[in-house]
Amino acid sequence: MHGAGAIGEPAQHHPQLEHQFETLDQQRESASLGMWLFLVQEVMFFGGLFLGYTVYRNMHPEAWSLGSQQLDITLGAINTVVLLASSLTMALAVRAAQQGKKNGILVNLALTTIFGLTFLVIKAFEYSHKFHDGLVPGSAFSPNPALGAPPQLELFFSFYFVMTATHAIHMVIGAGIIAVVAWMATKGKFTPVRHAAVENLGLYWHFVDVVWIFLFPLLYLLGRT
Amino acid sequence: MSSSSVHVSPLSTYIGVFAGLMFLTGLTVFVAFQDFGALNDVIALGIAGLKTTLVVLWFMHLKYSEKLVMMFAASGLVFILILLAITSTDYVTRIDILGW
Repeated sequence: MHGAGAIGEPAQHHPQLEHQFETLDQQRESASLGMWLFLVQEVMFFGGLFLGYTVYRNMHPEAWSLGSQQLDITLGAINTVVLLASSLTMALAVRAAQQGKKNGILVNLALTTIFGLTFLVIKAFEYSHKFHDGLVPGSAFSPNPALGAPPQLELFFSFYFVMTATHAIHMVIGAGIIAVVAWMATKGKFTPVRHAAVENLGLYWHFVDVVWIFLFPLLYLLGRT
Repeated sequence: MSSSSVHVSPLSTYIGVFAGLMFLTGLTVFVAFQDFGALNDVIALGIAGLKTTLVVLWFMHLKYSEKLVMMFAASGLVFILILLAITSTDYVTRIDILGW
């Protein structure tokens, strides 16, 4: 019998309750726990990069300060605002799902995607500027001699590119998942009592935003005094 | 029959959190151009921490989540602090013999 309870209990189930769960709350909490556990792992994933940054910055503060000054603080700040706005629209998409408003989900997911793409476009401009300035680590690394750059400047830019590229890849993945969730929404898959995909996509997106909240001051705001 | 108890925050809450995030972003850029010496780092990280708190509590709904979910989230913070703190004990206690 589908959805039978414990022995002796009458079979009763909400149509959206999977059989292995006892209540909708438990179902929702399980999905949430799984996502948070993944995010904890992601914290450690990025944590390794932040650890390397911390160690080498303390060893070579002057190279880090000089490197940071080569970054465009205006573009970085604009990107921070753009990403925070995308988190707002993502949170509103989840709120729409909580209220069973399909159009609200779709509109806000679309806005989130637009903000996310804006971020990536600005990032692409920044990368091309760095390429033209000869600041991409490797055989092409040739900074302007007027900078009087110490050798560890290349190390700073290694961290800059790896950390922001890893972050950008996470955003691209997020954009892909947004497309999938949006498709699910158009199919009417989400209700006020079951919308884990939207909720967990939100958690993922906000996490990527939090990573940038730390990347921005650590990479862009050094040596500005 | 069970019903799901999901806390739906009012729109004003989200707008308010966003406004706070905007303010803190402006603040951190402004402070970056002031010379507080070693405090600059502390302030920058502190502001980043405040922004993260806003995002985690309200955008990620942790304020309205079950205790177990909160503990999972807190464990992330605990482990990253352990990573940074204990690794630092290695580097800050190194004698500068080779000047690396």
